[in-house]
Amino acid sequence: MNRITYLLAHILLGVLAFLVFTRVAPGPLFSAFQLLFFILSITLIIWRGINIGWRNWAWLILLIPVVNVGFLLFAPSKERFPKRNFIEITPDRSTTVDDVRLVRWNLARNSVRTILLSVSILIAFLLFGVLVSFNVAITDVRTAPNRMVTLSKINFTESLPIAYFDRVLHTDGVLAATHMNWFGGYYQDQRRGFMAVFAVDPDSYLRVYQDDLHLTPQARETFLHERTALLVPRNIADRYHWRVGQHIPINSNIFTNGTNGSHVWDFTIAGIFETPDGNSQANSVLIRYDYFNDTITFGRDRIGWISFLTTSATVNDRVAHAIDTRFANSQDETSTQDAAAFNRSFAAQLGNIALVVTLVVGAAFAAILLIVGTTMALAVRERTKEVGVLKTLGFSSGRILRMVLGESMLLSLIGATLGLLAAAGVLYILSHLNGGGGGGFHLYPSVIGISAAIAIALGLVTGILPALSAYRMNIIEALGRR
Amino acid sequence: MTDLIRLTDVEKTYTRGKEKIAIFERLSMRIEQGDFLALMGPSGSGKTTLLNLLGGTDRATRGTIEFDGKRIDKLSEGQLTNWRAQNVGFIFQFYNLMPILTAAQNVELPLLLTNLSPKKRRENVATALNIVGLSDRARHKPREMSGGQQQRVAIARAIVADPKLLLCDEPTGDLDRTTADEVLGTLQLLNRDLGKTIVMVTHDAAAAKFAKRTLHLDKGHFVASELAA
Ligand SMILES: Nc1ncnc2c1ncn2[C@@H]1O[C@H](COP(=O)(O)OP(=O)(O)OP(=O)(O)O)[C@@H](O)[C@H]1O
Ligand SMILES: [Mg+2]
Repeated sequence: MNRITYLLAHILLGVLAFLVFTRVAPGPLFSAFQLLFFILSITLIIWRGINIGWRNWAWLILLIPVVNVGFLLFAPSKERFPKRNFIEITPDRSTTVDDVRLVRWNLARNSVRTILLSVSILIAFLLFGVLVSFNVAITDVRTAPNRMVTLSKINFTESLPIAYFDRVLHTDGVLAATHMNWFGGYYQDQRRGFMAVFAVDPDSYLRVYQDDLHLTPQARETFLHERTALLVPRNIADRYHWRVGQHIPINSNIFTNGTNGSHVWDFTIAGIFETPDGNSQANSVLIRYDYFNDTITFGRDRIGWISFLTTSATVNDRVAHAIDTRFANSQDETSTQDAAAFNRSFAAQLGNIALVVTLVVGAAFAAILLIVGTTMALAVRERTKEVGVLKTLGFSSGRILRMVLGESMLLSLIGATLGLLAAAGVLYILSHLNGGGGGGFHLYPSVIGISAAIAIALGLVTGILPALSAYRMNIIEALGRR
Repeated sequence: MTDLIRLTDVEKTYTRGKEKIAIFERLSMRIEQGDFLALMGPSGSGKTTLLNLLGGTDRATRGTIEFDGKRIDKLSEGQLTNWRAQNVGFIFQFYNLMPILTAAQNVELPLLLTNLSPKKRRENVATALNIVGLSDRARHKPREMSGGQQQRVAIARAIVADPKLLLCDEPTGDLDRTTADEVLGTLQLLNRDLGKTIVMVTHDAAAAKFAKRTLHLDKGHFVASELAA
């Protein structure tokens, strides 16, 4: 079952459950609760990953009615929850009033409602912040503009003859080049111990990636001269408490070790390196190509791809063209592209993350829009009389419109701020838990910027209808006839 | 004495579908500066409608309404709103205080429409609350006060911006006799000592006695009455 189909099915199910149960028990509190449940379960699916079996399906289908019926049974009724406020609306009773305070106090007057709404908005922005940052982290790896990759035209998993390396290296406009092989490595456990192990040519690799790896001179020397040397990034070393000099067995889920007939190779840690923030090599475990090539039982003298630097980014296109035409019509045709473009297409192979992000975040915001919008409209309708009084006293319609808009805007900004803070927290935890997979997640400034724009738009859209109805409200009708 | 309000041939009609309902056809009246007028009459006779016309919260279909020599029926919606803020104080039967605000904050609301500093606003609020005898309740919320106290807060709110005219729609309709008399006494004091012109709608003859004169409205016309001056 693929993740997107599952997600779509879940969203459909969620909407259905929402429609059915909001019929049974309408009300903003219930709707907000539905939404929370819905969003939480989607988040759960994303976290649990791709392998979702029938058991989880069964759980989910069971969970929806159970949780809903549970809520109906224990729903806070008006009697059990009298109009009590958890927070004092006007904390400072001795203060004077102004429009901003009026907005704040109006928002706080029904604290249960306000808290539920803020939490809903919080979750939407949490999802947005985490998913989009995640997406940015894996698609926008920072690489130098003059870094390029040559790989098989058929597929990036297809290998190339080692002879290609020399020819690329001696192409006009190529400054330095190295080649890399995907080892399919893991430590102890196939799934949890997965790591991006590359077999590289030490000398040329360290030249091409000299600015990317912070290595001690000693580690560098060892890697250049010891056949079984291994370089590991700091996050992975910390995760397994590895130290320099330690012997580490690493498995391959592709290759067989000809010297012992197993899938295991023994390595000695030559060094632990650090990389600049968001670097493409941040999670790379490096082994030597000669050791790898001499011991594998098949695919010998082939390389995975060639990574190289051009003399300047302006010659990228020309160099790519020169390389690809040179190998055209050969056994192994090549495709040469910028490293940045390659990273993006590599991420696209992992699953269409952007689509999942758009779907989930879109669903969350659509639901939020409805819930917050209707609740704001209700809140203002409840205050019809007060609006009438303010207008009688001489408050202009425009001023009242601004106060209502201010209220929805404040709500949305509070939710967004809390959501982004939570997202920053989640990303921090993720990047510290996850030694192997991604690493280095954080809230990007661009994500914060877009969130601010979304928060303002959300505030405006959810507030505009109630604000306009307050604006148009006729005094005599608002004050009501007795 | 000069006239504060002059209504001339005022017509007010409501259209309900094709049907036209005339509340007033040719109503004229004058209210002098410093008057305390009680408006009485059966339900549906147009008392509230008249009050709304006087206070600029509703518009006449035809005719002229002058306040202090100026035509308020000619004002735009925005001008009328400003005019209300400066010249009229409203007191309602059900007080209509903001539940989230304290007494002092409720009284302060009309001052947000002036450019007084917070400090000056606080002083004026204290004065207004003092006049209605509620200085000790400044920090109480409406639900922490009795009906009579709430109505006195509403009176303080009506006078805090120092308007010339006070319009009261059954201000004691929801109060018992003693409390009503206290509230009416306060209104009388505002009229006598501060020179406020007051128009008060009431169903209660005893309440009307606090006024200087009483007009009886029936089916959109003033009718003669032994109490009318
Ligand atoms: N918006 C409206 N549309 C139609 N008719 C209206 C409207 N507003 C008021 N009326 C009518 O105008 C008449 C006068 O109403 P008004 O509220 O002024 O009476 P009132 O003297 O204040 O009565 P009460 O003593 O019950 O408060 C009533 O017959 C009422 O039905
Ligand atoms: Mg009335």
